[in-house]
Amino acid sequence: MTDKNTQLLMGNEAIGLGLIEAGCQVAAAYPGTPSTEILQAVIDRADLAPEPLHIEWSVNEKIAFEVALAASYTGKRSVAVMKQVGLNVAADPFMRTAYLGVKGGMLTIVADDPGPHSSQNEQDTRLFCLQARVPVLDPVSPVEAKDLVSVGFELSEKYEVNVVLRPTTRICHSRQNVASRQPQRLGRVADFQKDPTRWAATPAFLPALHRKLNHHLANIASEPDLQPQLTPGDGSRPRLAMVASGIVYSHLVDLLEELELASCCDLYKVTMPYPLNPDFSRQLQTAYDRVLILEETYPVIELQIAHPGAAGKQSGAVPREGELTPDIVHQVLADFLDLSPPAGLSSERRGQRPSLCPGCPHRAAFFNIKASFPKGIFPSDIGCYTLGMNLGAVNTVHCMGACISQGVGFYHAYAQDGEVPPIVVTIGDSTFFHAGIPALINAVVQQARIIIVILDNATTAMTGGQPVPHMGIAAGGRPTRAVAIEPLVKASGVDFLEVCDPYDQEQFKALLQQADAYTRRPDGGVAVLISRHGCIMDRVVRSSQPSFKIGIDERCVGCRKCVEAFECPALAMDPVSGKAVVNQDRCIGCGVCIPVCPVHAIGKEKKV
Amino acid sequence: MRQQLIVSGIGGQGVLFLTRVIAQTAVNREMPVLTAETHGMAQRGGTVLSTIKVGDFASPLIRTGQADVGLFLWEANLPVHRPLLQEEGQILINADGAGEGQRIDASGIARDLGSAVLANLVLLGLAIRQKVLFCSAEECETAIRQLTPIKFAELNMAAFHKGLHK
Repeated sequence: MTDKNTQLLMGNEAIGLGLIEAGCQVAAAYPGTPSTEILQAVIDRADLAPEPLHIEWSVNEKIAFEVALAASYTGKRSVAVMKQVGLNVAADPFMRTAYLGVKGGMLTIVADDPGPHSSQNEQDTRLFCLQARVPVLDPVSPVEAKDLVSVGFELSEKYEVNVVLRPTTRICHSRQNVASRQPQRLGRVADFQKDPTRWAATPAFLPALHRKLNHHLANIASEPDLQPQLTPGDGSRPRLAMVASGIVYSHLVDLLEELELASCCDLYKVTMPYPLNPDFSRQLQTAYDRVLILEETYPVIELQIAHPGAAGKQSGAVPREGELTPDIVHQVLADFLDLSPPAGLSSERRGQRPSLCPGCPHRAAFFNIKASFPKGIFPSDIGCYTLGMNLGAVNTVHCMGACISQGVGFYHAYAQDGEVPPIVVTIGDSTFFHAGIPALINAVVQQARIIIVILDNATTAMTGGQPVPHMGIAAGGRPTRAVAIEPLVKASGVDFLEVCDPYDQEQFKALLQQADAYTRRPDGGVAVLISRHGCIMDRVVRSSQPSFKIGIDERCVGCRKCVEAFECPALAMDPVSGKAVVNQDRCIGCGVCIPVCPVHAIGKEKKV
Repeated sequence: MRQQLIVSGIGGQGVLFLTRVIAQTAVNREMPVLTAETHGMAQRGGTVLSTIKVGDFASPLIRTGQADVGLFLWEANLPVHRPLLQEEGQILINADGAGEGQRIDASGIARDLGSAVLANLVLLGLAIRQKVLFCSAEECETAIRQLTPIKFAELNMAAFHKGLHK
């Protein structure tokens, strides 16, 4: 039927397969959209690896990077995988690695999210690499992303530098026919060559290391296989050129084909946006009057080319924000080539907003936090529970772990003036381990009187359920030592610690009141409440909790409280009757909505 | 042969599975295929869109007015994603009332089979019955079996056949 070596793979799966084929032996990641499926693909294909392979979901991206880094020092190939904002967390070791270098091939795979679709910003890792002085590869398709894994490892080993592979969402989450090949057996044995002038370089050694880095970068920029690739035009527009990288190159190729402009002018594909060969920039400056530059998301190629006739983000010819969709590329191309503008663009309507799942334990927690403290301030964090904003129980979302420290900042700013509103911080279990622990210690030491609710659903839910340290399970289901949350909280100096299932709404509300009272006692301080109920996406959780057939009877007065304040997607208003109805396709029968109804119209019909 | 398709729905309806089944039929034919999918936060019940491009394409995304076929699992998405279709593009919708496009109460049929998430394959069956896709019923069956754990295979096949046969 089909060539068994060709499979339909998502870009992230193709990259994961590429890592195994290239002989990577240590792979570390922290999950984050759009990068998550890369490490999962390595886990799923670990059996294909001919040599030992350590795979870990690290506690955060900095740790993932450092684990992979030291493995590279032993001569083995390693990878650290993260999303674009994860690189901010790993920035400290990442920046120094540029100077010190690596031994075995080391890739840092950083998935960017132009748009953004599922991120707190749309920062461009290629610009980060320019400032860090790290070579970066920018694939145009899932197939090329896989190919660039080996290319990256070889480049890394040739110059002993860390190399970044930067796929974007549309590479990560696209599927394509991808061919596999025999995994490499490199036969490497761990052999760390001690060299304090390098691996522990003091300032005295750094100017020489910096000089060596710059020398390497000049050579890397001239690597023959990584030069911009020219598709020559037909000569009809001799003084025009187009330069593109990443998925935008692919959008452009399809568009030119569809407009029958495939050879309208010289077209360059840039695979390595940094370091860009200065000869390429000079050639563009002499050979062309105008150059269209298409890249996501920041003008990295444009900055380096510095062409006086550049049409790009700097010049204003290309939108500076958002994803460069094929429709936008069409508009830009029409302007550049003086074509008739495209017909009306796709609607900007966004459709239905996401919500916490029916039965999500976070909904029970958020509803009661908001109901208990109508005038509270609610710093929250990154994860599914960001969607608590739909219930009015999330006021700030910043970056991993920020909520606790923001709670401290809010507390001291208000406390200076006297009255402090209830400050209720919500943070997920995975986020707590990632960046919450130092913040909790700080909150205690700074004597902030805040309530911290740790939303413990026993998983990293937003990204599809990666393991968390307190469950005693590591990547791929490997059993390991569990590190519980409670002793960490206690050891951080917290004297008020309670645990409650948020489905037990009366108890949960009572504990919130006790926590609030504790923060206002003369000897009070930080109060921690662990809201513990497994993620409802977990089949085991769902099948092990009771399920009821939920109905709404004639007592419903159409007040909309269950639909708006509680915001369960399984509840809707019937436009004809004006009353609430249960969507039985979506309802999981948790019954949490029952006490929400002020007129007791929601009830269990019968057990199913 | 070139075909551009969209699959529109909300998170949890099986848009990704339907996308994979269709793309797998292309892989089985050794035809180039590209898809683009929605992952991440939007999957939590929000509007999601997949695009599928079969044939000689470089980009997985579809421009406004270029899609040949739209499979809509969520009727309310019509105003959001309809502009991606050509004017003469084929629309197939999971809907129980009257309106534009080829309609089938896929959710109702799927509910009778025991699970509303089977609506995705009921809708695929309708698309094959209407002969608007590049692939055949047999090719879809092969792909469904390839991508389904054995214990769900017969149920998935039943859903597909409910849409395929009037």
